Amino acid sequence: MFDRVFEKDVKITGIGQSEVGRPSLKSPLRLTVDACLEAISDAGLTCDDIDGVACWPGDHNNNGDSFSPIGSHAAKTALGLNVNWYGGGYEGPGPLGGVIAGAMAIASGLCRNVLVFRTISEASARQTSRTSNSLHSKTPGRDGSYMWRWYTPYNVFSAVSMVAMYAQRHFHEFGTTSEQLGQIPIVCRANAALNPKAIYRDPITIEDYLASRFISTPLRMYDCDVHCDASTALILSRADVARDLPHPPIRIEAIGAALNSPFSWDQIPLTRMVTAEVGSMMWARTDLKPSDVDTVQLYDGFSILTLMWLEGLGFCPHGEGGRFIEGGSRISLSGELPLNTNGGQLSGGRTHGLGYVHEACTQLWGRGGARQLKKANVAAVGAGGGPLGGSLLLVRE
Amino acid sequence: MNRKLPMLTQDNRSFWSGGAEGRLNIHRCATCGSWFHPSAPVCPRCRSLDVGAHPVSGRGRVVSFTINHQRWVPELECPYVVAIVELEEQAGLRFLTNIVGTPPEEVSIGMEVRVVFEQHEDVWIPMFERAA
Repeated sequence: MFDRVFEKDVKITGIGQSEVGRPSLKSPLRLTVDACLEAISDAGLTCDDIDGVACWPGDHNNNGDSFSPIGSHAAKTALGLNVNWYGGGYEGPGPLGGVIAGAMAIASGLCRNVLVFRTISEASARQTSRTSNSLHSKTPGRDGSYMWRWYTPYNVFSAVSMVAMYAQRHFHEFGTTSEQLGQIPIVCRANAALNPKAIYRDPITIEDYLASRFISTPLRMYDCDVHCDASTALILSRADVARDLPHPPIRIEAIGAALNSPFSWDQIPLTRMVTAEVGSMMWARTDLKPSDVDTVQLYDGFSILTLMWLEGLGFCPHGEGGRFIEGGSRISLSGELPLNTNGGQLSGGRTHGLGYVHEACTQLWGRGGARQLKKANVAAVGAGGGPLGGSLLLVRE
Repeated sequence: MNRKLPMLTQDNRSFWSGGAEGRLNIHRCATCGSWFHPSAPVCPRCRSLDVGAHPVSGRGRVVSFTINHQRWVPELECPYVVAIVELEEQAGLRFLTNIVGTPPEEVSIGMEVRVVFEQHEDVWIPMFERAA
């Protein structure tokens, strides 16, 4: 299937993150600069060492919208970077697309150190318009987008409409319950209590969860992530460069990406989405197995997505996710497979994708403070919902 | 209330305007015989260009659904049902829609439905109601 596994020669050598605000008083560009400079410094590099920039989804719609206000043009210009390659863009394997593109730039020989970042300002946007993140606002007038125009005429304002139908179908086919699903937001909230940057840090119980209002059945308010203003950045370095930098390199052991399903929210497998095809690619590129993984950082834009990532990446069989997380202890900080150790997007804040990589590296480097895991050598990251999906298997060397 | 309307193109007009004649039009490949959605000028299965829109029965079943309670904009009437309906013509032939004319709490997976249309300007939005 694959006869070259280029990503093993690519290492994560530094990470950075701005403040995570709800909202932040800093501009999106300032948040970006904060995250990027912290990551560059953390890697033991200077701006002069950065010869590539990658991001997802980049200068989204070219109008500075809050989903992605800053692209690679703005970042490289603001920081005065001289690069051999750069790029960003929405199309590709979802929120980890920037990491994968940056790794390819290194593997192809174009770059030695690539800055990857993701900036979001949805909390600020919602201060002035409650519909700022609505799918309806993506296209003025008639909806001409390739995909959304099949959904927005049906009063689909948010991806929650589709994701709630995935949950309903999962409940129907496999007997998954709200009590089981609720363990994901409850565990995330417990982890967030140990993360000083998390948005919501007060514990919640299953009673709180079941009493929270429905947004779109069977999903409740606590099943939905929380908007924030933040930027997250990391540095990818070529193996020979990484050897001389301060931190033990974190190897990209394997990548996975959604490549085969239609780019659609209603034509994909409803109880798996693209997670299984992402998982099968990732595990085909490594000798490691799910049982080798110490912690998982899995997309929780909506809680049911996390459950599907657990299944799709092979941590439990398809349909068994509800029983796998029953009671929550298995996925808690002291469990056999700690999940979203910084509180995820459900409680930590919707940093949208790179936040999971940042937290995986935080754990692998032993910087987790009060939430630090006893054993953290291998981490799996999966990000995306619907037709968007990508994954990383990360190993600290 | 007003709905967000799709931009009509050569490739999707048959789907959104079939309701003018009371028809739900879906694309079908004349070479391999398979129905497909969303409409496109090529068959995604066999890549034949001999494709076109044809009326279907308009009957199907609910594959999944959700009752939306969130009032995304002030004028939105809640609750309402977003669903995925599979048409009887072919396994897997399905699309996102609304279930109307049925109390939301009575909608269920597997429920038999039939198409109805809601006209806005030059768009006839195919929706479904419980089959008699």
